[in-house]
Amino acid sequence: MSESHANGAAHAHEHERESQAALRTKAIESLLIEKGLLTTDVVDQVVSRYEHDIGPLNGAKVVARAWVDPAYKERLLADGTAAADELGFGGNHLKVVENTPTVHNLVVCTLCSCYPWAVLGLPPTWYKSFEYRARAVSEPRALLREFGLALDESVEVRVWDSSSEVRYMVLPERPAGTEHLSEAELAALVTRDAMIGVAKVQAPVGAEARA
Amino acid sequence: MDGVHDLGGMHGFGPVVREENEPVFHAPWEGTVYAINRTAMGIGLYNIDEMRHGIERLPPAEYLRSTYYERWLATIERNLIEKGVLSAAEIDARLAYLREHPDAEPPRRADPALLERVLRGARAAFQRPPTGEPRFHVGDAVVTRNIHPKGHTRLPRYARDKHGTISHYHGYYVFPDTQAHGQGEQPQPVYSVAFDARELWDGAAEPRARVYLDLWESYLEPA
Repeated sequence: MSESHANGAAHAHEHERESQAALRTKAIESLLIEKGLLTTDVVDQVVSRYEHDIGPLNGAKVVARAWVDPAYKERLLADGTAAADELGFGGNHLKVVENTPTVHNLVVCTLCSCYPWAVLGLPPTWYKSFEYRARAVSEPRALLREFGLALDESVEVRVWDSSSEVRYMVLPERPAGTEHLSEAELAALVTRDAMIGVAKVQAPVGAEARA
Repeated sequence: MDGVHDLGGMHGFGPVVREENEPVFHAPWEGTVYAINRTAMGIGLYNIDEMRHGIERLPPAEYLRSTYYERWLATIERNLIEKGVLSAAEIDARLAYLREHPDAEPPRRADPALLERVLRGARAAFQRPPTGEPRFHVGDAVVTRNIHPKGHTRLPRYARDKHGTISHYHGYYVFPDTQAHGQGEQPQPVYSVAFDARELWDGAAEPRARVYLDLWESYLEPA
């Protein structure tokens, strides 16, 4: 086949799989509704919560609070579950691991897709990919380089394979030049990638000049 | 189970492909699948360990060619059938009906009590009161057992018969290896165990790297 013909066939096949999945989902959904085990309202509300309400902004607030409040940070590292719950982001058994100048943490679930959804929302597709699940535990430095993060060899890399119901979130380092920022402004800097461990938090542009 | 899902350390996978600003659900059916699964677990039709093991039991080629939510759909269907909630015949009949009537929609109604139950059920509650004393303590040298259960386990192949150190004690948690098979919660101490990369990957290990795994006490022996 020509390449465009092969691509066309691949897209058609993918579309067919999607249609089949949608149909099968509808079949199961409708049967469960008829048996009183599900309602359209529950489907709509659950979807809406995860599309809008529960996301990385939760974790960013946890991080910002830890950066400005040393007592909160101590509680967070000692008992992530309780500390996240303090800010209204409970729902996971949670352990928070701290990045320092000599330790960099990375989170993965090699066996499936376990993720601290209560503070980060649902995981991105790449986190659930075979590539990430296979490589994060065996070549984290190479993986991080591909993500644009080159770590010095003197920095210890700790990969947390989330094999239990304890979920892991990284407390990234606070970047230099952010001393003057409010807690809300700090939270705005914290990305999901930094809380998984594939990136560092960047100071706002011009922060170095202000520091 | 020594299945294809146990991907840690496997070779042959290229760069991680990332989609910028990807939506939470790429199609409405994915969101519906997510909600069905949350609901089914929330009302106790099956548990999370049964859900995971249902995915693990997909034939390897099917696992590898399926998308994430296709795997969820498969385990939902499998578990609902195995639990007697739905039958394969019912599902087939409904599929046939929907092919003939593609615009048919399920009846819309609200059930706040069900929603409350589902949201409450989403909160992780897997820790249990201790039923004894933990065998290991932080700093202890341990070795993982070389188990190869045909059923569900959370000890990956890459970390079997490997030496590590107890890093943290999490408390007693429901044991997936029994909970996935209707054999009860049988809670055990769970530890965070640190493994040096060289112990896991030998000469292929990157410098100054460690892997931490949460492991149930029965996966471990003193070293």
